[in-house]
Amino acid sequence: MTQPVDLEALAALKDIMEDEFTALVQTYLADAQARVTLLHELLSKQDLDEIRKNAHSLKGSSSNLGASLLTDLCFQVEQQSKDNQLEGLNTLLSQIDEEFVLVKEALENC
Amino acid sequence: MAEQGVLKVLIADDTDSDRLILESIVKREGHSVVCARDGLEAVELFKSSAPDIVLLDALMPRLDGLGAAKQIKELAGDELVPVIFLTSLTDTDSLVKCLEAGGDDFLSKPYNRFIIQAKIKAFKRMREMHVTLHRQRDEIVLHNEHLLQEQTVAKQVFDNIAHSGCLDAANVKYLLSPLAVFNGDVLVAGIRPSGSMMVLLGDFTGHGLPAAIGAMPLATSFYGMVQKGFSLVDVLREINQKLKSILPIGVFCCACIVDMDFVKRRIKVWNGGLPDCYLYREKTGEIETVRSTHLPLGVSDDKDFRDDCVYLEMDLGDRFFMWSDGIVESRNHEGGMYGEQRLQRVFERNDASAQLFDEIIEDVHSYSGEACRDDDLSLLELKMVEPHQVLASADALSGHVSTGLMEWVLDFKIKPSTFRLFDPLPLLLNILVEVPGLRRHSGSLYTILAELYSNALEHGVLGLSSEWKETPEGFARYYAERNKRLGELEDGFVSFHLSHNTMDDGGSLLIRVGDSGEGFSHADKLNNEHKTDGYCGRGIPLIRTLCESLRYIDSGSQVEAIFSWSNDE
Repeated sequence: MTQPVDLEALAALKDIMEDEFTALVQTYLADAQARVTLLHELLSKQDLDEIRKNAHSLKGSSSNLGASLLTDLCFQVEQQSKDNQLEGLNTLLSQIDEEFVLVKEALENC
Repeated sequence: MAEQGVLKVLIADDTDSDRLILESIVKREGHSVVCARDGLEAVELFKSSAPDIVLLDALMPRLDGLGAAKQIKELAGDELVPVIFLTSLTDTDSLVKCLEAGGDDFLSKPYNRFIIQAKIKAFKRMREMHVTLHRQRDEIVLHNEHLLQEQTVAKQVFDNIAHSGCLDAANVKYLLSPLAVFNGDVLVAGIRPSGSMMVLLGDFTGHGLPAAIGAMPLATSFYGMVQKGFSLVDVLREINQKLKSILPIGVFCCACIVDMDFVKRRIKVWNGGLPDCYLYREKTGEIETVRSTHLPLGVSDDKDFRDDCVYLEMDLGDRFFMWSDGIVESRNHEGGMYGEQRLQRVFERNDASAQLFDEIIEDVHSYSGEACRDDDLSLLELKMVEPHQVLASADALSGHVSTGLMEWVLDFKIKPSTFRLFDPLPLLLNILVEVPGLRRHSGSLYTILAELYSNALEHGVLGLSSEWKETPEGFARYYAERNKRLGELEDGFVSFHLSHNTMDDGGSLLIRVGDSGEGFSHADKLNNEHKTDGYCGRGIPLIRTLCESLRYIDSGSQVEAIFSWSNDE
């Protein structure tokens, strides 16, 4: 099974951020947590445009942290909301919830 | 770019973690960073901190990257501020929108440090080139303004010198661009005191100021000499000599000069390097051409210069055409050349000679169409008319017509202090060549004056014997003694009496040279015409061949020579 975060990408990131790496991880986790919560709220309002934008942002930041599966899930949400496909979004968001827990665990332990 | 190589980079991204990563990467490259969380902040920050490069996230709250990019590009104006979009957008439509908003490039997430570094470097170089380019562009604009200003001044000077001459006379039609002088084309025309019209059309090699510079001395000499009555050949030689000495090798003037005599109804033509001139016969509609048979002006030394001219009889109404190669070499869109055959056809088609001039221009224009540049077209038509038709207009235009020296007398006497230091001959010769008819005889006049002066000074005033000069040893002694006596001389003089009279078709100059000496038995010398092989006495026989008459007066301390000249060259 794929790792929740790509360790090689993370190593490169550590090299770039140096002392600020921990702060970066905390910033990401806080931002990502907020967006995941927001996605659920937006789904209940069926605001597809905002769902698309937030999924896009979460996709970008997650890719930068090497969370490839989470990135991929965000991409699917982005595509579906763009195509006005409400169906299946609920399932995707649940998968994001689960994956985010794993990513969070991996990042906090690295 | 404040510090050498250090850029200020604006990063706008609403996702904090992405912004942090980008900030670290950029800072590690040694650049400074300012950060914004949305498009509005980005625009404000752009105004307040003037960054060199802008990195914009495409999707941001309040104002997105597209809107921010548009405003930033507008604010930047002429300056190149690269805008790079940060995006994981992948569909073509979105990317096209980014470019349309003024984006210069993209960076996709996840960020790759090396790609970012490479892009910043590339844009930094591009910015530097842009700055250089703009600085050089501004310099060029400045230089160009300067050049145009100089050309305006140069043109004013030229116009003052060349004025319009008698180009507005009733029998003249011409086409000449106001800036023709910078294409090397020059057209000058004047009326001689005799009433004939002299016209010169010249085409200098090159363009711009180098081509224009030679036109100034040409026009000055032309107008100065024509109004004094100098002949076509005199004017031609003077201009050639002047241009030869002024212009660098490779710069010369193709020219055609004509002298149109309205009384004798003929035209004298010298063509050096211009296209064939046409003489259009009003009665028969036939064309006679005058081919260039000489080198252009400013090429040959005076001694090698050939001044033989072509004479053509012209009836009333006959027209003489001159042009620079701009007409024949006019090009059309396909790059074809107008050529002489088309020109000849215009003459063949014509049925009203008064329209010829306009028809030529029209035909060239319709051939070359939009591509036609009148700058290069110089064309002139001279019509043979009755003398009064020309003179009436010429008098009104030319203001004063100076005819040079005509009838005059000059007495000139020089004393010992002058003998020692000053050669009076150039001074006297300068006065003599102010007589138009005498100018071309300046060589003979110099010989006559020089011989008579040295005889008067050496034999008369200094009392030297010419017999000393019969042997080489005596010759040396002669000159040693000459210098010695000249140094010791306290009294004595040589006098010149010059008197000039004009006649129907020329004039005569009386030269009387006297000295303070005792004279000599001149009868011997005058009769001894064949003694030309020795060192002495050779002067007198030579002078006799140049003068109409030569005689000694009194005891031989005065000699009188009469030199005659005629207008008919």
